[in-house]
Amino acid sequence: MIRRAAIVLAVALFGLVFANLAAHYAERQSLLPLAKRYVELVPRDLGAANVITGILLTYRAFDTLGEVAVLFMVAAGVGLVLAARGRRNESSPGEAPEPPRPASEIVQTGAQMLVPLIAIFAAYIIMNGHLSAGGGFQGGAVIASSVILLLLADPHRRLDLDFLSYTESVAGVLFVLVGVAGMIVAGGFLDNRVLPVGQFGAFFSAGAIPVLSILLGIKVGCELSVIIDRFRPELSTERGSQ
Amino acid sequence: MISTVVLSTGLALILIGVWGMLTHRNILRIVIGFSLMGTGTHIFIVAIGYVANGTAPIMDRALNVAEAPARAVDPIPSALVVTAIVIGLAVTAIMLAYAIRLYDSKKTLSIDAFTESKW
Repeated sequence: MIRRAAIVLAVALFGLVFANLAAHYAERQSLLPLAKRYVELVPRDLGAANVITGILLTYRAFDTLGEVAVLFMVAAGVGLVLAARGRRNESSPGEAPEPPRPASEIVQTGAQMLVPLIAIFAAYIIMNGHLSAGGGFQGGAVIASSVILLLLADPHRRLDLDFLSYTESVAGVLFVLVGVAGMIVAGGFLDNRVLPVGQFGAFFSAGAIPVLSILLGIKVGCELSVIIDRFRPELSTERGSQ
Repeated sequence: MISTVVLSTGLALILIGVWGMLTHRNILRIVIGFSLMGTGTHIFIVAIGYVANGTAPIMDRALNVAEAPARAVDPIPSALVVTAIVIGLAVTAIMLAYAIRLYDSKKTLSIDAFTESKW
């Protein structure tokens, strides 16, 4: 009872703070100076129609690199946390996880039809990141969703983890190399003007941003696929027995 | 006006998330409460970036480059939220991994079973 009262009090106090916040919030009438500068500079200097992608992949691209590093560490961390489980299960046999039920025909046929379409959609999202809503992270997540569908349709399928980790590493190294190239021939680390900016709004434009988008999409897609794969029980026991 | 509505929605989601985390005893439900709280924060941040009568900061036929500074919404909160979503996913993945390990150790997901670190 006291516990519940304490919870109600805590949530009510949070609510009070939030209500105050919402009640006194005045909608902004114009952009702040920094935002205004970004909106002016991204189309003019970087040639990217999507200001947000311009910020993410050029002005704040170093943050994006750090973010991808976080994803990589999570893939490694989830593997570390769940790999010990496989070994433990092996040392105490008897309660082996029951084999997954085969997917129904609808799911299997649906997966066969949808996985290529989802992959094409992901490529579209990644390649249009500098022109309209989209980009590497979003496209990578869409790739990972097609991997989930694939695994749902065929629970026994084993992902080629070596291929995924090599592809991911190569994409990461190329990302950094593009950044270093920016230091040599353009204004600084991860400057997109290592390639010609091109005609504004064209498919091949905005310098290195599409290249960075592709690398980011490949990297995020591989990392998320590895994370998804780590959560599958039967594979971690196999890994433990190797 | 519209940003106040979105902002209030985000704050309400945060409250629901906090409430869910505090009342539920199942670890998975606590994780869901945490994710709700994170989503509420994202909506809140995006709402802060809204400028009255603004549109998405993407140049196309509807928004030419010259008038963009006057009509576009703030791109910085949106860029921050992309980062925040990825980090939220990372935290959720780690939490779920630990939930699996906790279930393995006690064969239950109720947080009441884990009394070792309770004071």
